Amino acid sequence: MSPFLPVRLAWRQLRAERARLFSAIAGVMFACVLVFMQLGFRSALFDSATALPQALQGELFLVHPLTTALFRPESFPRVRAYQTLAVPEVALAVPIYMTQSIWRNPINGSHRAIQLIGFDTEAGAVSFPGLTELIPALKRPYTIAFDWKSRPEFGPVAAMIAANGPLHVQIGNRDVEIVGTVALGASFGADGNAVMSETNFRRLASKRDPSNIDLVALRLRPGADPIAAQHALTAMLPGDVKVVTHDQLVEWERNYWENATPIGFIFAFGSLMGLIVGMVIVYQILFADIASHLAEYATLKAMGFSPGYLRLVVMGASAILAGLGFIPGILASAGLYDVVAKATLLPLRMDATRGAMVLALIFGMCAFAGLLAMRKLRDADPADMF
Amino acid sequence: MPVEPVHLTNVGFAFGDGALRRPVLRELDLTVAAGEVVLLTGPSGSGKTTLLTLIGALRAMQSGSCVVLGQELLGASLAARVALRRRIGFIFQNHNLLGFLTAAQNVAMSLELHPDFGDDAARFAEAERMLGRVGMTEFASVVPAKLSGGQRQRVAIARALVAGPGLILADEPTAALDRQSGRDVVELMRDLAKRSGMPILLVTHDPRILDVADRVVKMEDGRVVG
Repeated sequence: MSPFLPVRLAWRQLRAERARLFSAIAGVMFACVLVFMQLGFRSALFDSATALPQALQGELFLVHPLTTALFRPESFPRVRAYQTLAVPEVALAVPIYMTQSIWRNPINGSHRAIQLIGFDTEAGAVSFPGLTELIPALKRPYTIAFDWKSRPEFGPVAAMIAANGPLHVQIGNRDVEIVGTVALGASFGADGNAVMSETNFRRLASKRDPSNIDLVALRLRPGADPIAAQHALTAMLPGDVKVVTHDQLVEWERNYWENATPIGFIFAFGSLMGLIVGMVIVYQILFADIASHLAEYATLKAMGFSPGYLRLVVMGASAILAGLGFIPGILASAGLYDVVAKATLLPLRMDATRGAMVLALIFGMCAFAGLLAMRKLRDADPADMF
Repeated sequence: MPVEPVHLTNVGFAFGDGALRRPVLRELDLTVAAGEVVLLTGPSGSGKTTLLTLIGALRAMQSGSCVVLGQELLGASLAARVALRRRIGFIFQNHNLLGFLTAAQNVAMSLELHPDFGDDAARFAEAERMLGRVGMTEFASVVPAKLSGGQRQRVAIARALVAGPGLILADEPTAALDRQSGRDVVELMRDLAKRSGMPILLVTHDPRILDVADRVVKMEDGRVVG
């Protein structure tokens, strides 16, 4: 049986009652926008949470297998970095130190945890936007580069540097000089970042054993196969380090925020709520449509239309509502993404994958509502028509 | 196999179960011959309407034999009953046209059930031709809400007859109409049916239309009494 005729009948029936049609479309659109916003926020927050691993260059990385997230790394022996050089593909191995320390706000003196990132800035293996110009200045003792994308609670550091040049602040009760700013980005784990040379890191984190490091970034020789190198390194190194690619490192961080925190659940729950509300609205509309046309449906049954044909009418109506609600829904969401992105600086963007996913969810939602409403068709009894 | 379009033998039917069981048809025999117009009359509760729903395959049979257009309905599956409904033209007390379709679209709906009939354009042309035969050409693209009761019933007749059914079942088709429109509608039905040899079984209370029938069957207490 071709679905064309029943779907056309469904469309004619929907079209006949404009007010009901528009309220149904508005309901689907509402669900659509809600789901888009939840998924958008979720992805934007994960993007910002993985700002640090995304900013790190390097084809391969060494991390301790017990490291849950980069703001709380488990350290491992520095000698692992040198051992990697035994594999011919590895050109450079850059040990990276990370720890959290206390920042004193230069304006009001309030304290806040800041992530310190120390590595050999001159090796050129790891860089953040703005770092290159600061390398000579960072060689001086007690100097740091401040991440201007840190939370505003750290004080208007970038503006103060722009106005008065290098600024002195206190980190971990030491006086340090900020020689400039770099771009990295705050995450859930670290409100702000300070980048410095290895030597200055040891000065600021004097309790740390310098022979223990937190992360190693590896640069491979041009043309080397990262997967082959990963296998070779994994086979060679002891079990206190894990060799991961750049994508795996980002994924590692993302998995932590998605699974080990309620963030992923909250947004999934929000999306589900949107879908349930949309489904209830569509169900109500379809149910009311059937209930107010019971005599017509019974007549169709008496004329010899099969129950399958009538079910296709209901499913056709739900598919039409899904399509008509999705189009304004995705347009409104794209507009809202722009507005919210400007207001919150979160990286909110409409992309094809998310669009396709929401389209599938909305169609699923309407199909489910259609299946529920369909049960009302049983009440259309042709024997009652006489 | 009987050749009559409708052949009922010893049909019984009851609503309810156990102590509440209430028989409405008892040992009923009825035959409608080819091309015959039969009027079914009788007091309320005599079982006329129940009988019509059984012959129309709208209700499952309980006992006896009911052969309609060659199909035995006792024990027939839902699919077989749905298939039989497509070969019967129904005319209801209330026109039961689909309110969101025009007159021609309503009539064309009947033809959708017959896939061999052709495409949308063919169905629509046939629907308009049929509306012409009931004198409704100029109302083809009007929705039922904008038609009078008599006009709606004419569209309903066109819808019942357009696919060339083997039998027409009508339930009080004049009940909602004034004297003149009721008369016109019944005569129209009879003339169209006679021309194509379709039998009509018509349930009515309306004494004004008894004369259109070839035969009047009276029912009382679930039995044919004359």
